[in-house]
Amino acid sequence: MKTSFLPMVSAVLFSIGAIGVLIRRNAIVILMCIELMLNAVNLTFAAYAYEFRSMTGHIFIFFVMTVAAAEAAVGLGIVIAVFRRNRSSDVDDVNLMRW
Amino acid sequence: MEMILINGVAFVAIFAALMVVFHRNPMVSIIFLIINLVCVALFFLFLQAQFLFAIQLVVYAGAIMVLFLFVVMLLNLRHEEETRPGGRIQWTLALVGGIGLVGLLWRSLRGRLAGPGATLGGFPDRFGNVEEIGRLLFGDYLLAFEASSALLVVAMIGAVILARRNES
Repeated sequence: MKTSFLPMVSAVLFSIGAIGVLIRRNAIVILMCIELMLNAVNLTFAAYAYEFRSMTGHIFIFFVMTVAAAEAAVGLGIVIAVFRRNRSSDVDDVNLMRW
Repeated sequence: MEMILINGVAFVAIFAALMVVFHRNPMVSIIFLIINLVCVALFFLFLQAQFLFAIQLVVYAGAIMVLFLFVVMLLNLRHEEETRPGGRIQWTLALVGGIGLVGLLWRSLRGRLAGPGATLGGFPDRFGNVEEIGRLLFGDYLLAFEASSALLVVAMIGAVILARRNES
């Protein structure tokens, strides 16, 4: 398989995720955009692992998935706690610690 | 034939990612994120990472996305986000920054895959299967593996404490 175009796909997916984090205000959608970015990185790891015939990239993908699962659990816990407090999951409403 | 299939998967992945970001209903965003994750899983299959293909579907598209789906349904987030003052500047800056980021990433990654694969030849016997992953995880990466188990326990306790109803 020709893999030379995969970094481009991965870069585009990562940037779409970054744009989403910047423009959306719903906390859950922001968490989903972070998942999108983590997946783009995983794709790059897999492409390089294939190209260099080395499985270290696969191990890294494994750990990235672990961290993504932990991040999703804690992030959604925070979203629920914030929603319970001010009846909205809009990140602009979370200004308790704003200077 | 194979290249047509791979290009199709890449196109669907990027389209689904765009829909995740630009659709206003979080429910639809989740469905498109699942489509995107399945596309990445198919890429893992094309790249000889069979074990990762399986856990991408089971853990990511299965467990994590069901968690997201539960929370969106629990909170009943149907309302649309209204535009706010300064929103247009934010959008413009984000789009310019995003396109710049594509350029930057492409510039740094371009040509790095020019083809050591052609000279390295065939794959090792057990490339990408469970046996080799297990050997690496319990051999070279044992410390990281144990640390990730501690991370998962801490995350679980943290999620329970954060989402608990306040007694007072």
